[in-house]
Amino acid sequence: MPPPFAQQQERNNVFGKLTWDAVPWSQPIPLVAGGIVIAAVLAVVLWVIVRGYLPYLWNEWITSVDHKRIGVMYLLLALLMLLRGFIDALMMRSQQALAYHAAGYLPPEHFDQIFSAHGTIMIFFAAMPLVIGLMNLVVPLQLGVRDVAFPTLNSTSFWLTATGALLVNLSLVIGEFARTGWLPYPPLSETTYLPGVGVDYYLWALQISGVGTLMTGINFVTTILKIRAPGMTYMRMPMFCWTALAANLLIIAAFPVLTATLAMLILDRYLGFHFFTNEAGGNMMMFINLIWAWGHPEVYILVLPAFGIFSEVISTFSGKPLFGYRSMVAATLFICLVSFTVWLHHFFTMGAGGDVNAVFGIATSIIAVGTGVKVYNWMFTMYGGRIRYATPMLWSVGFIVTFIIGGMTGVLLAVPPADFQLHNSLFLVAHFHNVIIGGVLFAGFAGITYWFPKAFGFRLHEGWGKVAFWCALIGFYVTFVPLYIAGLLGMTRRLQHYEVAAWRPWVLIAGIGIIILLVGAIAQIIQLVVSIRQRDALRDETGDPWDGRSLEWATASPPPAFNFAVLPNVGGEEPYWQIKQRAIESQQMAPEPAYKAIEVPRNSPTGFITAFFATITGFALIWHIWWLVAVGIAAAYAVFVWFAWRDVAEYEIPAEEVARIDRARRAARQQWLAANAPAGGPA
Amino acid sequence: MSAADALGHGHARDVDPYLLGRGGGHGSGQAVATGRGAGGPASKTVVVAYGFWLFLLSDIVLFSCLFAAHAVLQTATADGPAGHELFKPANIAIETACLLVSSFTCGMSAVACGVRNLVWTQVALLVTGLLGVAFLALEANDFAELVAQGFGPQRSAFLSSFFAVVGCHGLHVSAGLLWLGTMMAQIVVKGFRADILRRMLCFNLFWHVLDIIWVALFTIVYLIGEGR
Repeated sequence: MPPPFAQQQERNNVFGKLTWDAVPWSQPIPLVAGGIVIAAVLAVVLWVIVRGYLPYLWNEWITSVDHKRIGVMYLLLALLMLLRGFIDALMMRSQQALAYHAAGYLPPEHFDQIFSAHGTIMIFFAAMPLVIGLMNLVVPLQLGVRDVAFPTLNSTSFWLTATGALLVNLSLVIGEFARTGWLPYPPLSETTYLPGVGVDYYLWALQISGVGTLMTGINFVTTILKIRAPGMTYMRMPMFCWTALAANLLIIAAFPVLTATLAMLILDRYLGFHFFTNEAGGNMMMFINLIWAWGHPEVYILVLPAFGIFSEVISTFSGKPLFGYRSMVAATLFICLVSFTVWLHHFFTMGAGGDVNAVFGIATSIIAVGTGVKVYNWMFTMYGGRIRYATPMLWSVGFIVTFIIGGMTGVLLAVPPADFQLHNSLFLVAHFHNVIIGGVLFAGFAGITYWFPKAFGFRLHEGWGKVAFWCALIGFYVTFVPLYIAGLLGMTRRLQHYEVAAWRPWVLIAGIGIIILLVGAIAQIIQLVVSIRQRDALRDETGDPWDGRSLEWATASPPPAFNFAVLPNVGGEEPYWQIKQRAIESQQMAPEPAYKAIEVPRNSPTGFITAFFATITGFALIWHIWWLVAVGIAAAYAVFVWFAWRDVAEYEIPAEEVARIDRARRAARQQWLAANAPAGGPA
Repeated sequence: MSAADALGHGHARDVDPYLLGRGGGHGSGQAVATGRGAGGPASKTVVVAYGFWLFLLSDIVLFSCLFAAHAVLQTATADGPAGHELFKPANIAIETACLLVSSFTCGMSAVACGVRNLVWTQVALLVTGLLGVAFLALEANDFAELVAQGFGPQRSAFLSSFFAVVGCHGLHVSAGLLWLGTMMAQIVVKGFRADILRRMLCFNLFWHVLDIIWVALFTIVYLIGEGR
């Protein structure tokens, strides 16, 4: 309960708790950082307006309901947030490098916000948009269809995710962020201990973006189960679609748990409920149980699509079908199911007793079997293949090695007695970075490099891509192997300063490692710039730059709005590979189909406007500006009704236009066919 | 194959008499589906209803968390009153009756919609809405009484979880009423258009699921709560 004076003041202020003091005038680091970000955003907005790009941006991107455009926007958000989270990581590593017998340059209350923001941003606004972005870009193409089940909902999902990211970043300059770590464990996160707005920023950012994620899950499960090209039976779906299906099933089953748990904490904080408090019978361990009942499936929501990406990449660059496709499907669904039975391993030290810990320890070890099946399948896919070490393949091989190490340290942590020693140590931190960087992030980069030409029509620069890969791989090991060791030496996580001499060298080596990672990040940015400048040389003319095997390579790069002029008829696994082989053997393409007009969903600003009001509502809730909350909710309902009232949801692309676009694609393919007469695929 | 070719788009009904979405998908070369997705994209009705069912399932997961929390906290009364000292079985029985009957009338609106009878659709929806309002009024009255006695959600963890789970159901009913009103207006303005019919289908699903949740709530919160 806040003291009566504060309440009085809050009631008198039209803007609730919000005053000029919310801006951290006395703290130079967030102030300058925030100033730079605001200046950069303003500069970009100004540039867009001055150059007259605003209508283009509004019509082609912001209001677009095209899954490819939405996918690209997700990826852009993910990369920006990845950079933001990486800056937090740089600050933490440098603080620990300096803070031996010293205070360092970050005061504790600021350091605590940084590690909380780092975890929150990396998981919710970098990793999640990364995998969801790639699913958006690729899944409908691989299924051979024109869009997801609910295109406007898809746009709304994206913009709500962006709202969450915006709120978290807003906390940098207005108010503060949570000081609880990336999961706000009570009772610390209750108002008794943290009465400020930090936890509220966390809660509302996640509630809003969580709704977006849930809608993505519904959208993709419906798409994959109900909207596939004719003949695309379950056992003919590409592996990435299977893993996307599993991940989205997990979203539907797990994200409501997050929403409910955070809602309970919100009730505690806003209305004085006693779900997780110290007083009146509250049960804080219930929070830990509930949050990990979401949190562990979340790990697999991230990593299953990553497995799918590697399956696609390894198969393509080994020139072979995926080994053990059926076992891969089984392993995916096995992981999907078992991921709900291991959550307690996040808190063996709670003291549930030896029997309970043993059950969850065994379940945790068993889940590694599914992953093991996958690792062997990838290796057997490579075995005997004609492997091309292009950048996506490098990321994949780097992943296999790195992920095995991460998986093994995970099994080690699954042994309760060992976990009692290593709980909350840097060993744990090294473990989960090992699987998330080595798994999800490497997959993200592999996927981006692999599908970039599909999205934009030109490949990324190979040389800079390889520099980025090697820096990331080496930088990862130099950063996190020392943290494993420091953890074994007893160093706990989230230390603002320390006095133990034995830890010092390892912390310093980790500091060097992150500089190598920084070089890798810079190489990625250079890669993007160089690729855009040399796009004519890197152009993908045929739509199939890697000699691919699944349907996304059957259409042009970038694909037209309707993806496929005629929905492909799928006759087996790897449908595009079959089409291609048939064309190469017979030296002619399939006869030109009879083109028909295609209905495509109209653009809609619904998602953007909904997110706009969600931002206002969220901000008002954080700062207790109750009248603005009412305005925001009323406006959101008005938008909903307005959208429901529209009469024309689709427009028609005439048959001649479809024919014109598709004939251009066929001409390019024909040319390629003639140039590459009997042998092999494109270079 | 020749039989499949003969069954073009115009004859989709023959392939798929119950409009389950098999066959007749655009671009389909095989009109006869094997049932495992071979027939191409499902019909829009199937897609929308399927997606909405998934949403409802996620909503049920959300409620299950609140139920779990309530089960854990049911005895955490912090020296305050327990359930059997607070609940009024008569009120709860009336509330339950309102909700169950409203589910029946909601089903009637679906029947009326099926035969495109505007008046009866509107009447059934109106009765559904009025029963919903009655339910909410009774519940709000119960809540107000509890708070007035000093047994609000701040009193104990048990009451926190009680107010949260029952209140969350009440919020869903409120949202359903807003939706219901919007649907009544839409049917008047737009008529029985295909997209309006799909929305009616979703609304019906939503309203019935609220009933299902109430049954679970009645059991877990009130019946078990009386016994504790």
